[in-house]
Formats: sequence, structure tokens, C-alpha cells
Amino acid sequence: MKKQLLTVTGILFCISFLMMSQTKPVQNTLKASVERGKKVYTERCLTCHQADGGGVQNMNPPLIKTKWVLGDKTQLITIVLKGLNTGVVIDDIEYHNVMASHADLTDLQIADVLTYVRNSFGNKAKAITSAEVKAVRAKLK
Amino acid sequence: MRQVFHKSFYAALAFSMLSLCACANSDDDSTKRVDVQAGDITLKLPAGFTATVFAENLGSTRHVTVNTNGDVYVKLARLKNGKGILRLRDKNGDGKAEDIMGFGNFAGTGIVVKEGYLYASSDEEVFRYKLDANNNVINPDKPEKIVTGLLSRHEHEAKAIMLDNNGNLYVNIGAYSNACQVLDRQKGSPGMNPCPILDSAGGIWQFKADKLNQTYGDGVRYATGLRNVVGLDWNTQTNSLFVMQHGRDQLHDLFPDMYDTKQSAELPAECMYELHQGSNCGWPYIYYDQFQHKKILAPEFGGDGKKEGGQDAQDPVVAFPGHLAPDGLLFYTGNKFPEKYKNGAFVVFHGSWNRAPEPQEGYYVVFVPFKDGKPNGNWEVFADGFSGGPQLTASGRAKHRPCGIAQAPDGSIYVTDDNKGTIWKISYKGK
Ligand code: HEC
Repeated sequence: MKKQLLTVTGILFCISFLMMSQTKPVQNTLKASVERGKKVYTERCLTCHQADGGGVQNMNPPLIKTKWVLGDKTQLITIVLKGLNTGVVIDDIEYHNVMASHADLTDLQIADVLTYVRNSFGNKAKAITSAEVKAVRAKLK
Repeated sequence: MRQVFHKSFYAALAFSMLSLCACANSDDDSTKRVDVQAGDITLKLPAGFTATVFAENLGSTRHVTVNTNGDVYVKLARLKNGKGILRLRDKNGDGKAEDIMGFGNFAGTGIVVKEGYLYASSDEEVFRYKLDANNNVINPDKPEKIVTGLLSRHEHEAKAIMLDNNGNLYVNIGAYSNACQVLDRQKGSPGMNPCPILDSAGGIWQFKADKLNQTYGDGVRYATGLRNVVGLDWNTQTNSLFVMQHGRDQLHDLFPDMYDTKQSAELPAECMYELHQGSNCGWPYIYYDQFQHKKILAPEFGGDGKKEGGQDAQDPVVAFPGHLAPDGLLFYTGNKFPEKYKNGAFVVFHGSWNRAPEPQEGYYVVFVPFKDGKPNGNWEVFADGFSGGPQLTASGRAKHRPCGIAQAPDGSIYVTDDNKGTIWKISYKGK
């Protein structure tokens, strides 16, 4: 009996612990999002767009004050979800590489990386939330 | 602080002693380097060589070719004032171009002058212009269309060209893909086997140099399994085509569990191949690992970084470090450089981007000595400093990105830069 009680309490404890760690709220401050976004950027965007966001001559466009980075959120989120291969032209220079879809990233990861990009490399624009990414993803399906 | 000072002091002492020994021990000055101010950069060249700015601010100058009378033609990747080809003449022999004329309404990379004709490519077509007895372009607005309808799908679109001595034209048709995945560059997307791209790209096609309006059906797929070639040259000693392949990108991005960022920065090798009709260099199924000296099965096709593959693919002639982006190749046939340069290969490295987050590398011209049509000794950096300094090399924010190379009748060489449009002339002035 005693033993059973102990097991039950143990299980309950584990469950509540798991629940606590799962519902641990995501920090929604800009700072927290930018910090997380930098990690995503380093793993998934940096090789092409480079550490300084300046891109690569003729191949990968810069992420510095472009109309996509600073502009419409839906369009920006769509680029990350679907990739891009249309031949972006910035300052008369056409970029000749292919950006793959990054739809395997979670809504939060995409929100974070775009918030990081929009607040780095000299950019200043509103944060993007995971709810916004979720909404765009749902529409694309 | 003090300790740091001591350490660097001893290091400097040791280094200077070492270099003293090195000097004392050798009278071979091929390893000695001199600094030469050339425009807004300082080039490091072997002792006895010098460099001058032949022309600058020309735009995106890609490949370059020199006529027998010394006229220099350069191809622009973007039109400048509506023109895609520039002819540069040094009228008074002072090593600078005074007379610059533009023509051709198409942008591109390839350009070769040979026996009274100037060949130039856009990303889909190859044209040629006839020259008159005074080496002037007869009809600058009406070139003949030699090849048309080549694939250009936004990636590896530049059509580098070369001629042999038998009336054949060779055209690179780069693969519009990194590794022939179902979805290009997408993490988790598998490789397509067989790779359908190879039917119409990812190789070198051969056409007739004097037949108009040829397209795929008129040409021969001369060599396959080449991801993208920009630097290429006809070797008159071996009577064969040599090419420099741009190796695949993103081993770490796509397979982070198999390759760390350092391995991904160094792998795979940038390879020089000697081609013959029917050559297969193995892309996309394999890449060449310059450390293991093996053809390794690409991870998109079941590889793990160790498994070998490509039993039917040939080995490279030379394997250079990864991602340096070889954009120019020249076999030196002149008599003006010291003996060791005769028939050897100059390779122009445009510089890397795919090494990030590791430091970038390249932006230099290397030399590979050749004997009897085969490499004879290690390659060495011949001309360095185009980036403007080590920091600009590491960050990839190079001032200049060397691209094309050509030999002048006077035995010197020209090197172009497609970032700012500078052309340097590098000559040997002796000791
Ligand atoms: C394989 C290289 C590559 C990777 C990895 C990559 N991009 Fe791109 N990106 C490109 C290319 C190439 C284009 C332009 C495509 C075109 O011209 O059609 C582009 C375009 C863009 C644009 C729109 C153009 C601009 O400059 O504003 C944005 C925004 C962008 N990328 C963000 C990202 C973000 C964020 C990531 C990481 C989640 C990422 N990219 C990963 C290559 C890449």
C-alpha cells in the first residue's frame, strides 16, 4: 500500500514536472527573440547571407534594409517558408543563387530569426510573432 | 599583458631567426615575395615580377582574351552603358589602356579571340565577330550567332567558352543545382538517381566553331559530371581541354550531423580535370576529398563522409582547398617568365563564401608547375593581396575578386576583377 502510494506520488510528481517544463512560457521580449533568432540565423542562414548580413556578390542578396526585410511581414515569412528562386534585383544587381524552403523550422524559430534579421545589420523593424508565422503557414497549405 | 608581450617577443625572435636561416640556406629566390603597389592594393608577387593597373572601374569584368596585336577584350557580366564587351588598346605602350571601346548588347562571362574571330557568350548563347586585317571588329552590332538555346536557370548560369586548334568550340553548361537534390539546397531532400540534370547541363558541350545557330541537337556532350566550370583552357602540349570545377556547397548546412563547420569549409576540393571526349568527373554522386585522396559518395546519395564512390569517374589532376571558386585558368606558353613557368598553369581563385562561419579564403592567383603535361611539384600562391588585406579576406568583403586571366603577346599576363572592374598587367622584369 505504502509502496503503491509512493509510486503514484512519484508518477504525479513526474507528470507535473513535465507539464511545468512544457508550459514554461516562451519569453516574448524583443531581446529574447533576437537572441534565439541569432542562433537560428547562424545555423541556417549565415553561410549564404553571411555573418554581417551583407550577402555574397552576385549570388546571395544582402539582408540590409531591403524592401523584403523591412517590408510586408507576410511576404517576408513566405520567403522563408517557400524559398525563393526568381532572381532578386537590388541596386541593379541580380542575385544568382537559390534559396531553399525553410519550412522545417518551427513557427517560433522563423519568428525569431526574422525578428533577429529585422533588428540587426542596421535594420530596425517590428518583431514577428510565431502566431503571424502560423497564420501564413496555414494559408500557404 | 606582460606575459603576452614576452610570448610574442620570443615568437618574433624565433621567426626572424628562422627566416634568416631560410635566406642563408637557399639561393633559389622562387619563394621570395615582393610587395608591389598596384592601384588601391598591394600585391604580393614572386621576386622579379611587377604589376600595374592596365585599366580600372570598368564594371563586372569577367573573362579576358588578348589578340595577337595586343588588343585586350573583356566580357562584362552586367551591361555598362548598354555594352557587354570592351576592347582596350594600349596605344603608346605605357602599360595602360588609353583607348577603350564598348560594343555587344549582351552580358556574360566567356570571351576568346582566335584567328580573326572574337567569340563571346551570354548566359544562353555564343556569338562571334569577324575582325578585319587591322584587327578591328567588322560589324560590332551584328555578330554571328553560333550557339543558341542553352539552359540558364538562375544558378551556375555563366557559359565559359574555349576553342581548340581543330575548329571546335567548348561551352560549359553549369548544373542548375548544388547536389541534384529533388529540392535544390533543401535540408533533408534526397539526391535524384539518376540525376536528370546531366542530360542538358552539368558538363562541357562541344560545337563547331564556324556553324551558325547550333543548339543541343547539333552539339556533343563532350564531358559530364561537372557541377560548374568557369576557368578552362586548351593545353597545347597535351592537346586537351583542362577545366576547373566549382565543388559543391553546404555539407554542414545540409548534413550537420556528418560535417562540422570546419570540415564543411575545407571540403570538398576544388578540382582541376583533364578532359577527353566521354570524360565523367562524378558530380553529383561523389565529391573529391583532398585529405583522404578519395572520391567520396555524396551524402545525398547515401554517403557518410567515408564511403567511396564514383568507380566510373576520373580523378582530378590537382585538388585545391574547398570553395575557393576557380574562375580563371591559363597555361603559360610565353617566354618572358622564368623557366619554371613554361607550360604551367595559373589558376585564378575568385574567393570563397561557403566557408562561413569559418574565415573566407582565396582572392588570389596560384601557379601549378607542369612537366610533360602533368603537374610537377606543389602549387603555390603566385599573386596575393587582391582582397586588400587579411581581414578583408577573412570576412569575404574583398575589395577585388580576381576572375579572368589571359596571356599577352609580350609574355605578360592580365588578371581581371569583377567586383570593381580593375585589370592588372603582371610582368617579369628580372632580378
Ligand atoms: C542557399 C543559400 C541561402 C540560405 C541558406 C538562405 N538564403 Fe535567403 N536568399 C538566398 C538567395 C539566393 C536569395 C535570392 C533568391 C532569388 O534571387 O530569387 C535569398 C533571398 C532572401 C530574402 C529576400 C531578399 C533580400 O535580400 O531581402 C530574405 C529576406 C532572405 N533570403 C532571408 C533568409 C533567411 C532568414 C534565411 C535563414 C532562415 C535564409 N535567407 C537562408 C540564399 C539563401
